[in-house]
Amino acid sequence: MKTQTSEGINRTGMATSPQLAREMLEGTKSTIPSSEGDADDLALVRIEYTKVGLPVGTMPPPATGKPMTDAERVFMDKLGERLAFERAGTRLYDALLSKFDAYGTWPGGPERADLEEIREEEHEHFTLLQSAIAQLGGDITAVTPSANVHAVASKGLPAVLTDPRTNLQQCLEAILVAELVDNDCWENLTTLATALGQEELATAFTAALEEERDHLERVRTWIRAGLSELTGEPLT
Amino acid sequence: MTLDLFKTKGTPLDKQVFTWRDLVQPPYSKLDDDAFTRVRVILMNGIESEALRFSHACARMNSKLQAALAAIRRVEQHQQTMVNWLNPADQSPLETTIGFEQVAIEVTASVAQHEPDPYLAQVYRFGLLEDFDHLYRYSALYDRLEGKDANTLVQSYTDILPGRPTVVEHRAPIDDLRRPYDRATAQAVTKLNALTIMAGEHQTHDYYMTVGPFFSDPTARQLYAEIASIEEQHVTQYESIIDANETWLEKWVLHEANEVYNYWSCVEFEQNPRIKKIWERFLDYELGQLQAVCAIFEDIERRDVQEILPAKLPEPIQYVSQRAFVREVLEQEVDLRAQGTEFVDASELPKDSPSTQYARQINSEGSPSQTVAAGWVWEPGTELSGTAGLQPGATRVGEAAQPTGNGNSRSPR
Repeated sequence: MKTQTSEGINRTGMATSPQLAREMLEGTKSTIPSSEGDADDLALVRIEYTKVGLPVGTMPPPATGKPMTDAERVFMDKLGERLAFERAGTRLYDALLSKFDAYGTWPGGPERADLEEIREEEHEHFTLLQSAIAQLGGDITAVTPSANVHAVASKGLPAVLTDPRTNLQQCLEAILVAELVDNDCWENLTTLATALGQEELATAFTAALEEERDHLERVRTWIRAGLSELTGEPLT
Repeated sequence: MTLDLFKTKGTPLDKQVFTWRDLVQPPYSKLDDDAFTRVRVILMNGIESEALRFSHACARMNSKLQAALAAIRRVEQHQQTMVNWLNPADQSPLETTIGFEQVAIEVTASVAQHEPDPYLAQVYRFGLLEDFDHLYRYSALYDRLEGKDANTLVQSYTDILPGRPTVVEHRAPIDDLRRPYDRATAQAVTKLNALTIMAGEHQTHDYYMTVGPFFSDPTARQLYAEIASIEEQHVTQYESIIDANETWLEKWVLHEANEVYNYWSCVEFEQNPRIKKIWERFLDYELGQLQAVCAIFEDIERRDVQEILPAKLPEPIQYVSQRAFVREVLEQEVDLRAQGTEFVDASELPKDSPSTQYARQINSEGSPSQTVAAGWVWEPGTELSGTAGLQPGATRVGEAAQPTGNGNSRSPR
């Protein structure tokens, strides 16, 4: 397993240049701010802009023309969110597979078949959500507000996974972020489906949630095994 | 209804003021606003960027104009800020890129159909098919990198199809130069068209050069490098159609008139009332700037500005889908290639022509635009979706057909 923790020439810390660090501290000790206040001043500006009241977006009108209740729109928003996340997740595992092919694995780490299997399950979850949205009269091509917000929240993940300089261990830690979020969101989706009387969907979503729990556990195990390999210490 | 450039005085320069709060308005919504609102914001940022670029070049060559240029340039700087900051933070660089290509397709198509000079109309159609292909390549990247559908941005106004393949767009510099219009005989609309498209392409180039390094994926980085190179070719093409014998002041007047024309076109088509007010405000600002520059022109050049400007503006840029026109051009002209300033069929280009040799060299280690779209066809909801039969209300969970998207058919390794 290739590592990036060997000693090198990282220059970001002050300890690497003690004389320059002393000069920096001398400068800052003799300086007073040009304005009074603290970081809360930024919050005041954020609140002022928030009061304008513009959302990032709204839900599209029902594709079938049949009006939706507020609860149905919330459900549709979250379905759209998971659909977009699972589709993006499929691409994350595509990138992870190329990382596996470039770096190989370690004892207790993932096999290619493991990653392919999870990739296929992410894709199946995506198609399950397509079917659910279509069945409920939604537009499977629309980006819902929640889908958009989750895309912004997770936009660093493909940046880690597609960077040729990151290794499989680092990428699994990025995938862990996605799987943690995915687990919680599938739980919420299953609960919502049950609350709205969508028993058939709730059953299908419960099965998807079980698969997501398995993904999370496997990723955690691979990361621990990787850390064990890197440190030479058994981790339980 | 048109606008009389000489009777409408606009906002006086000393009333063209801003605050930081004023400059940073709430952005448009990526999800809710019409795609043409994004198109206008992107284009007008390019128009203002060109205003600054020209103003600085002019100042470096004309010391007597420096004070007047600096005064108006400060306002243009803040106009560009307010316009560019209308892009929302949840719109990623790749999403904005897709917006840039929609600008290049739809605006160039409108311009090509309203250009009275048949040679220049051909130039616009030639460039159009190349930007049309860029939209397809970036859409493939958006799908394959992030699992997202570019049609959520272009909103079905613009086809996502291959155009003149980017891989064959790489030409020797000599084949990017075109014949210029004649400043003495060209119609005003010809001059405005050229400035508009040159400004848009220049900003596109600068944007790709700025955001390209933000990407991690090596194919994405290569693709931005490749398409930025074509945008540089396009800037070369479009600046060469402008008569280089225009005086500096003549060019300044035309720039200001073009800014009036473009803001007026935006006002005519904008549906978002909040954004429309910004276009109206800046139309008035530009009219004020035009009046000031016309006065300088007449004072220094000792000739009537009506020698170079018409009283009435031409028909506004049409911010509507140009699908039918683009498809027709695609069908008839995709195989055209440039040879010097002229256009010939690909079969007529000699195998050892400067452009053939240049393309062979630059593509000799592979083509990112070919790699990114290998086997890719746009599908609603990405190539992963296999959307056949998934119309609203048409299927039930457990009964859906298996997806057929080719993105899900991975090659054995």
